[in-house]
Amino acid sequence: MRHLIAIPIIILSVQLQLSIVSRVSLLSGVADLPLVLLAAWALQDGVETAWHWALAAGLLVGFVSAIPVFVPLISYLFVVLIAQLLQRRVWQTPLLAMFVVSLIGTIFLYLFSLVTLSLFGISLPVSESLGLFALPGMLLNLLLAIPMFAIMRDLARWVYPLPEFE
Amino acid sequence: MRNLFSRTLQTTIVFLIAAGIIALALGGYFGPVSGAFSRGLVNLQAWFSSRFVAVQDMLTAPRDVASLRERNAELEAEVAELQAQVIQLQQQVGETEILAALVDFSRANPENTYLAAAVIGRDPSPFLHYVIINRGSNDEIRRGMPVVTNQGLVGRVDAVIADAARVQLITDPASNVNVRLQNAETEASLVGSVTGDLSLELIPQDITIEGGDLVLTSGLGGGYPSDLIVGQVMNTRTRESDLFQQATVQPVVDFNRLQIVLIIVNFTPVDISPLFPSP
Repeated sequence: MRHLIAIPIIILSVQLQLSIVSRVSLLSGVADLPLVLLAAWALQDGVETAWHWALAAGLLVGFVSAIPVFVPLISYLFVVLIAQLLQRRVWQTPLLAMFVVSLIGTIFLYLFSLVTLSLFGISLPVSESLGLFALPGMLLNLLLAIPMFAIMRDLARWVYPLPEFE
Repeated sequence: MRNLFSRTLQTTIVFLIAAGIIALALGGYFGPVSGAFSRGLVNLQAWFSSRFVAVQDMLTAPRDVASLRERNAELEAEVAELQAQVIQLQQQVGETEILAALVDFSRANPENTYLAAAVIGRDPSPFLHYVIINRGSNDEIRRGMPVVTNQGLVGRVDAVIADAARVQLITDPASNVNVRLQNAETEASLVGSVTGDLSLELIPQDITIEGGDLVLTSGLGGGYPSDLIVGQVMNTRTRESDLFQQATVQPVVDFNRLQIVLIIVNFTPVDISPLFPSP
């Protein structure tokens, strides 16, 4: 039943994103709390439900946002994929993996949003979008990465307790 | 392996059931139960938002004192100038009242009815300019209703659930508002941008536009009521090779500090899309 902690945490992260994080901008870029949360969760040892979290967070963000629902959904699933690939390769340095996943995930999300919105007929100047939105957004996500990783590590230990050896 | 598969399947089923319950609740199928749940979520969202605004005000207030004093001096000078204009305008009121009485006969629309709503969130995507408000279909809010403040036009309702709605701001890159320039007496199209800047397009080349010209909604297309204040022209860009000239507009509403908005609930937008031939 501890797996159900995902539902309040994802709802809380989206609410914090809407009410606070989206209003704290650097130039025009903002952090993406659900993305960083998913990256931190997927990198924890023993976590088996990262795909479910990504699915739930992607659908919820897609529901509240005006952006097409598949953009956050695919982006968050991609973040989990990258996290699980990296977790097997650089498992000795989880914080480095956290930074890399946040960075790649943010770039993917912004590029995917740009391409999708362009296909929907919304003109977005690429250089301006990268300079004013993507780079500051990446920086803010990296700043969020460290505390989020620590929180998710504690949560992972609660949901997946380590086996006791006698 | 079989155990892992079984646990994954079990977790997937639990998530799907939870997602289904949430979807049905948001769709309004659970009546009072979902109402209470969504109200709780909206209240929590409003609580987060109000706490954040309070903290933001506390942190930014001391820094703003100097600029506020400067602004106060500017406004006092402006008040003196406006008082002179008031005397002049009072003379014109008599004439206007007669004309207004005539215009009233031709006015089919009644006075606007407003419903206040608090802004409780912003769109997670920085590319899009939308806000979330704490009024929804339970308050008779419908898609397409215009949203204003006491200063001017904000946008229109884009999506609605039971206790909340998403509003597309006029600064959104996908927003397009038919407007008219009060002084130049011409119509144009106001479009937003990804950076939040507003620009006027489709202004005929032979029209003379000056900085400070007031931009109002024209009512064309049926998307917005007419004569809502949008902003003022800042500068124009004219090139002989272009078919139309362009202008940038300073909105009257400060979109970064939107807290309370008014929804015009008695305006029914007209959907003219069936009039366009399909490709």
